[in-house]
Amino acid sequence: MKIIKYEEIVKHVSKMCQEANFDLGQDVVNAFQSALKKEKSETGKDILEQLIANADIATSERVPMCQDTGVSVFIIELGQDCHITGGKLYDAINEGVKKGYEEGYLRHSIVDHPITREKSKGYNTPSIIHVELVEGDELVIHMSAKGGGSENMSTLKMLKPSDGVEGVKNFILDTVRVAGPNACPPLVVGVGVGGNFERSAYLAKKSLFRPIGHRNERTEISELEMELMEKINQLGIGPQGMGGSTTALDVKIEIEPCHIAALPVAVNLNCHASRHKEIRL
Amino acid sequence: MAAIQLSCPISDEEIKTLKAGDRVLLSGTIYTARDAAHKRMSEALQNSGKLPVQIAGQIIYYVGPTPAKPGQVIGSAGPTTSGRMDKYTPALLELGLKGMIGKGYRSDEVVESIKKNKAVYFGAIGGSGALIARTIKSSEIIAYQDLGPEAIYKLEVKEFPAIVIIDSKGNDWYEIGKQQYQS
Ligand code: SF4
Repeated sequence: MKIIKYEEIVKHVSKMCQEANFDLGQDVVNAFQSALKKEKSETGKDILEQLIANADIATSERVPMCQDTGVSVFIIELGQDCHITGGKLYDAINEGVKKGYEEGYLRHSIVDHPITREKSKGYNTPSIIHVELVEGDELVIHMSAKGGGSENMSTLKMLKPSDGVEGVKNFILDTVRVAGPNACPPLVVGVGVGGNFERSAYLAKKSLFRPIGHRNERTEISELEMELMEKINQLGIGPQGMGGSTTALDVKIEIEPCHIAALPVAVNLNCHASRHKEIRL
Repeated sequence: MAAIQLSCPISDEEIKTLKAGDRVLLSGTIYTARDAAHKRMSEALQNSGKLPVQIAGQIIYYVGPTPAKPGQVIGSAGPTTSGRMDKYTPALLELGLKGMIGKGYRSDEVVESIKKNKAVYFGAIGGSGALIARTIKSSEIIAYQDLGPEAIYKLEVKEFPAIVIIDSKGNDWYEIGKQQYQS
């Protein structure tokens, strides 16, 4: 059995929050570079160049690449033989976020009450934390700083099984079309199909944690990802919605078994500021 | 096509020459305001008919920056989604507001009001807050100090990059741009 201390989690989470906001992953930067080679619109190219320059400034000056430093979303894989001492896992994560955001001059973007809009007292907390219990004694923390602009354009629909794969494709394409410039394209499109109402949304979110270019292991799903990527890039929306051939950097789909009468589909859009970090303890 | 250099505030004559899709570099004075400041301004107009800032002829930038690090003028400062300000915008355009900088769609009412009042809507690049911050040379709080990062600030900018999305004739670059690359 492995023992992990509360303070250790706080320290790592705090660091991850800052790194996520300062260092855009190499997978995203590479995707910008290869999009730049293919982009047909002059404005689109100009925007991609500025995004590359922006990522460089953020890394070298240790400043956030975007002023919306997001909601911190965690997927935690907790080994069942791992024991956490000194406090609760959830508290350790929130404390780490608070520390990381405050010390890193990141923005506090959480309201405590969705109706009265009263600002939360804990700097950029509470976070959204999903825990998956797994085999082994490791603690794996996946963190994402998720922007509001793209989250606001995300959708969920309970399709009919008879809508079939065409229905699924159309729903995804409609979501991207309606989002247009608001979700800050080029996008990473995360899709969850199956499960039930809430599982489909979780799967869509989870798919966004996969690095750009990593395909679903199932052949038919990986083919669907690639087909949708092509169709989305034919919509013409382009970088920042200002026209062009780079609307999505990637499409990710996750599936799960579901009820005989159901076909849930959730589409979680992520902007180009696709900020993810991972740590294994 | 090279970017057009513009000094802010922008003259009415120059606004009329701007076309949807033009790339511009803005230098001079602009004001910041997002959700909370817009709500306050709208309440002030209803109560007293007066605003704490003379917005006639001016440009408002929809932004909520990150806190500045010691020694920085401003933290990361890219645009936020403009649509949330749509409800308040026509009243400000009626008072002579000439330009807005943000990202994303505007409502039909806002587009109509831009046309009627011969104004312009610029799109800045969402998610390029570190790059944009470099073009902001000074920042001074002007009103609603208690709103913190959401207060109204006066910014001096130099070559702030933007694109004309809706011009004074109501042409919309999001529509035009998209149609060119649809296949
Ligand atoms: S949608 Fe993403 S890139 Fe755009 S402003 Fe929000 S966090 Fe930044």
